This record gives sequence, C-alpha cells and structure tokens, in this order.
Amino acid sequence: MTIFGVPLPALFGQLLLGLVNGSFYAVLSLGLAIIFGLLNVINFAHGAQFMIGAFIAWIGLTEFGMNYWAALIVSPLLVGVLGVLIERLMLRRLYQMDHLYGLLLTFGLALIAEGVFRNYYGVSGESYEVPEQLQGGVNLGFMFMPLYRAWVVVAALTVCVAAWFAIERTRLGATLRAATQRQDLVQALGINVPVLMTLTYATGAALAAFAGVLSAPMVQVNPLMGSHLIIVVFAVVVIGGMGSILGSIVTGVGLGLVEALTKVYYGQASSVVIFLIMAIVLLVRPAGLFGRTA
Amino acid sequence: MRVKLLIPAAILALTLGSAAHAQVADGVVKVGVLTDLSGTYSDLSGQGALVATQMAIDDFVAQEKPSFKVEMVYADHQNKADIAANKAREWFERDNVDVVTDLVTSSTALAVMKIAKEKNRIALVSGAGSTRITNEDCNDATVHWAYDTYSLAYGTAKQVVLHGGKTWYFLTADYAFGLSLEKDSTDIILASGGSVLGAARHPFPGNADFSSFLLKAQASGAQVIGLANAGTDTTNSIKQAAEFGITPKQTLAGLLVFITDVHSLGLKAAQGLYLTEGFYWDLNDGTRAWSKRFFEKHKKMPTMAQAGDYSSIMHYLKAVKAVNSDDAQKVMAQMKKTRIDDFFTHNGRIRDDGRMVHDMYLFQVKKPSESTGAWDYYKLIATIPAEEGFQSLSASRCPLVKK
Repeated sequence: MTIFGVPLPALFGQLLLGLVNGSFYAVLSLGLAIIFGLLNVINFAHGAQFMIGAFIAWIGLTEFGMNYWAALIVSPLLVGVLGVLIERLMLRRLYQMDHLYGLLLTFGLALIAEGVFRNYYGVSGESYEVPEQLQGGVNLGFMFMPLYRAWVVVAALTVCVAAWFAIERTRLGATLRAATQRQDLVQALGINVPVLMTLTYATGAALAAFAGVLSAPMVQVNPLMGSHLIIVVFAVVVIGGMGSILGSIVTGVGLGLVEALTKVYYGQASSVVIFLIMAIVLLVRPAGLFGRTA
Repeated sequence: MRVKLLIPAAILALTLGSAAHAQVADGVVKVGVLTDLSGTYSDLSGQGALVATQMAIDDFVAQEKPSFKVEMVYADHQNKADIAANKAREWFERDNVDVVTDLVTSSTALAVMKIAKEKNRIALVSGAGSTRITNEDCNDATVHWAYDTYSLAYGTAKQVVLHGGKTWYFLTADYAFGLSLEKDSTDIILASGGSVLGAARHPFPGNADFSSFLLKAQASGAQVIGLANAGTDTTNSIKQAAEFGITPKQTLAGLLVFITDVHSLGLKAAQGLYLTEGFYWDLNDGTRAWSKRFFEKHKKMPTMAQAGDYSSIMHYLKAVKAVNSDDAQKVMAQMKKTRIDDFFTHNGRIRDDGRMVHDMYLFQVKKPSESTGAWDYYKLIATIPAEEGFQSLSASRCPLVKK
C-alpha cells in the first residue's frame, strides 16, 4: 500500500526519524523558551552554547578520557557556569531595556564563540564515537533503528517532561513564574530574585549543552553546528508561543514530524517548510499556537 | 662590455623598463582571492587558499624578479553567489583587481565568471567543480584549473561500476555543483553498463541530518550510494550511513572528497572509500617538497584546490611577465600557449573551452593499519591520463569550441 507514491513501511521509517529529530528540537527549544518565558531575554547564544556543549564532550573524551555518560552531566554543568558568568556580568544590565539589546548581546557572544572555535578547530569537524553501550541497533522490519537514536528520543523527552513539570507544577516553578510577573512583590516576600534569574539563565544554557552532547555522536562536531540549528529552533519557539514551555515541546516534536514528511515527498524543501509554517501561524495566531497574548 | 655598446644598451634598457611600467597598469598586478573563509568549505579552501596564493606571489617575485609589484586582496563570499558577484564587481570597477582566484562553490564561480568577462579580467577557478564552467557557461576570461565533476565521475564512478557496483542511488546537494556531479556521474554509470535507481536531493547549505535521505537510499536497494555533495555534508553522510547500518552492506562512493574530509572523519570511518583527486601531497618528491613548505605555514596538508590556487596564479604571473601586460586577452592567450610544468602537473595545458587538462588520480583511503601517521591517508590505485580524464572537446557544449 502506498500513500502518494510512498510505500507505508518507508513512511513509518521516515516518521520515526522525524520523531527523533523532533524530540531533539524540543529539548533544544526548551532552553530557549525557558529563558524567554521567564527572563524575557532572546538568547541568541543558545546555538553557541549547544556547540560548546558538544565540544566539551569531545575535548573531554580526547584529552581527559571522559566518557559519554560523564559528559552528559559535566558538560551542562560547565556551560551552566558559563551561563552564570554571562548573566551576572553582562545580561543583568540589560533587563530594563528593549528586548533587542539582549538579542544583540547574545548574538555577539555567539559570533565570538564560533570564531574562537573555528580558529582552533576548523570547520571540517571532529568525530565523536557513539558510546559502546548504545552501538548497533534494532531491525524493526521497516527500517534499521540505531539504538543511539532511540536513546535520544528517551533522553530528550524525559528532560522535557521533567522541566515542564518543574516549572508548571512545583513550588519553585511557581516562584519563578511569579518573579517574572511581579518581581517587586516576590522580592518583598524575601525571595532572592536576582539569584533565581541567574539560575534560570544557567539552566537554559545547560539544556542547550545537554542537547549538544546528545548530538555529538550523530554529526561531526564542528563550530558551525549551532548556527545551522539556532534559526530552526527559533522558528519552533515562535510557532509554539514565545513564553510557553509546553508549546515549544509539542511544536518541536510536531515540526520534526512535518520535516520528515517533507523529506519523503519533496526533499529539497525540507529546510524551508518550518519557516512556511511559522509565517502561516504568525498570520493566523500571532502569539503562537500555545502562547498567551501579552 | 664595450663602452661603445654601453650607452645605447643603457638607453634601450631604460626605455624598455618604462615601457613595461606603462603596460602593466600602475605597475601593480592585483590578485583577488574570493573564497569561503568561514563556512562549509573553508577547510578545503579558505585560509589555505590565501596561504597558497601568497606563496605563489612570494615565490614568483623572488624567482622572476618582475618589474611590477604584485598585491593580494581577499574576501569571504560565504558560499553565496550574490555576495561573490558584488565583491568581484567592486574589485574590478573600483580596486583595479586583475584576476580573481579560488572561487570555491560552483554558484559563486559561475556568477563571477560572467563579471570577469564583462569587465575584461580573468577568473581562475580552482575551488569549484561544476562542468557548466567549461560547457554551457564557458567564456574566454576563465580557466577551470584543478578538477571538475566530469573528471571526478570518470575516475570514481567508472571504477566502482567496473568493480561490480552496478546499481546506484544518489544523495545530492541541491545546487549547481551537486546537480552537475549527479548528472555527470549518471552519464558515466550508464555508459559503463550500470543503472541509476533514483536520487534524494538535500538542501544546501545548513543541513546536518541525512538520516531521512539515507533511509530512502537504503530502501532503494542500490548496491552503491553516490554522495554528490562535499565538505561537512559528505562527512556527515558517511558517519550517519555507518550509524544506520547502511555500510558495509551498501558501498559508499564519495564523489568529491578532499584530504581534509578524510582527516576529520578519521581512517576508521573512511577506510576503503574510493575517491578521485587532482593532487595528493605524497605523490612524488615535487609534491612532497611543496607540501612541506605549505604545511609549515598552514599546519595542514594542502588539498587539490589550494595546490591549484598556487599553480594557477604562478602560471598567470609568468604569463603577465612574458607579455609585459596585465591586459586580460593578451595574458590569457599567453597562458593558453604555454604548457604547465610544476609540482601540480607536468603535462598540463589550457584548452579553448578554458579547461586545464592534467592527470587525475584514483585513490583509495587506507586502513588504519596501513597508515604511518597523520595525513598518510591515500593509496594510489590508478593515474588517469589528462586526455582521457576530462570530457573531450567533441562532446563539449561550449560555444567557443570550434568543431
């Protein structure tokens, strides 16, 4: 049986790949949505933090023998610390100003990071091997599913659900959300809001680094890997609704599936379809699919 | 020397000297290197192209002691044809640049070639590959130096078909170069008795995940998957093909692979890959000596694009000196008249369609156990003679070729 000329097993295989990519987009856009939703900062350095996360994993492996599992924890921690520094020293001063200044600052930081890494490592990229425990795959009949890709879906979605739960259903999350709406009142209650904001930015950056480590065995680790993805991730966040955590998760997965369908039927358009959808969504629902109008 | 002859000789020398200055505009020859300095192709060309061109200029000035000065300018075209075209136009109209070189990424080469013809300057293409440069879009202001998609296909595709890889499926970068490579390879595969089952076109640039396209290739059941792309697209494709269990059941044919790609993939992932190149640093004493000097400056071994940059600029500068002028028509005529005999090739010549024909080489990537160290990656399988490896003039679609 074929759907528009494509046999059903092939379609299933592509949709499964779309799920993998979609969950990857979801965890990457999650950090961005958290930072914008809670801090009102457009973090253009997200792609660079993703790339630095992947590079820390690679450098850790080649110089220090740090394995993949340790990298999953160490890399986000290190990038989180970097995030703390960025927020304390630079970003903090821009909160009272227009959103654009935050965007410009983080964009500039991204360019610097990319340039430094490109200077030392070139653009061809470095190879990062799939960890032993996840090598090989499962033959599902309609396609061969690498174990590593299955792990990406599990890890990414787990982290997404955990983050959503923490922000929407716990006391800490409630405090964070309150702090963004009425900072003065929350501070009057004795809660240290500036520290909360620093930690929020650091968490967003750490999530980017986590996605970076996840992607390191799938693609060549190179300084340009972040800049390719950041535009797509922004589109995901905009479609989902700039402040909505759930929105970015659902949209990420959804767009991964749509991209996969496009690749099956008209591969050349697969990098354009996300922006087409973004344009349509913005015309019909300017606040995004799950967004709250300000 | 006799005193009687001295004075007329001195006057003659003086007038000749000033005549030379009057012929080479302002006494300066400006070389513009237009390349990808920051994107996908910056490792195979990029900074190394600047190093190679500067080496050619320095060596020329030191060896030939010309009466004119040679300067180099450079710019990053970011793989975008419109940026390349604007820069070339600015260089030709405002900055008196005489020749533009490298031009990696076929879309930029095709755009700049037209402008070079319009402004009566010269374009020397070492970075790009599309055969359109010497066919539909040919002009007499351009020389296509290092390689093209026909010669790559002739080397690799033909060899793989002869070795039993009869059915093919292509993974193609959706722009001028990828499509050209796919078409030229298809022609050769069909002529050698193979068949092409289909092609999956992926966006260029900016695509890092090839899993969907590779899945299509796998589903086709083809014996060989031809990678009609380059740079990080190729290395990601190879890596992901291994991840999805596509290799070793199906063979991968890297239709354009540079030594920098093999270096970043590592021999474990790249071993056994067949590829065709126009230059390899370890071919003979001449290539080794030049590459060693290049390595000292750039810290990486040269790719054929970078070696081509040196060779083409050196040939150009020698032609300028020989005709004592930077007029494009005169220099080009001189370039086409003289053979190229340097470390890059010993029997190179430029044809009417602008194609510089030279020997190409079929390599196979060594196994990790066969390699003695970094950059020792290729074993030579065959040398493809110049007259055979490039499309013959009788099949040419170039209007300049007299049939």
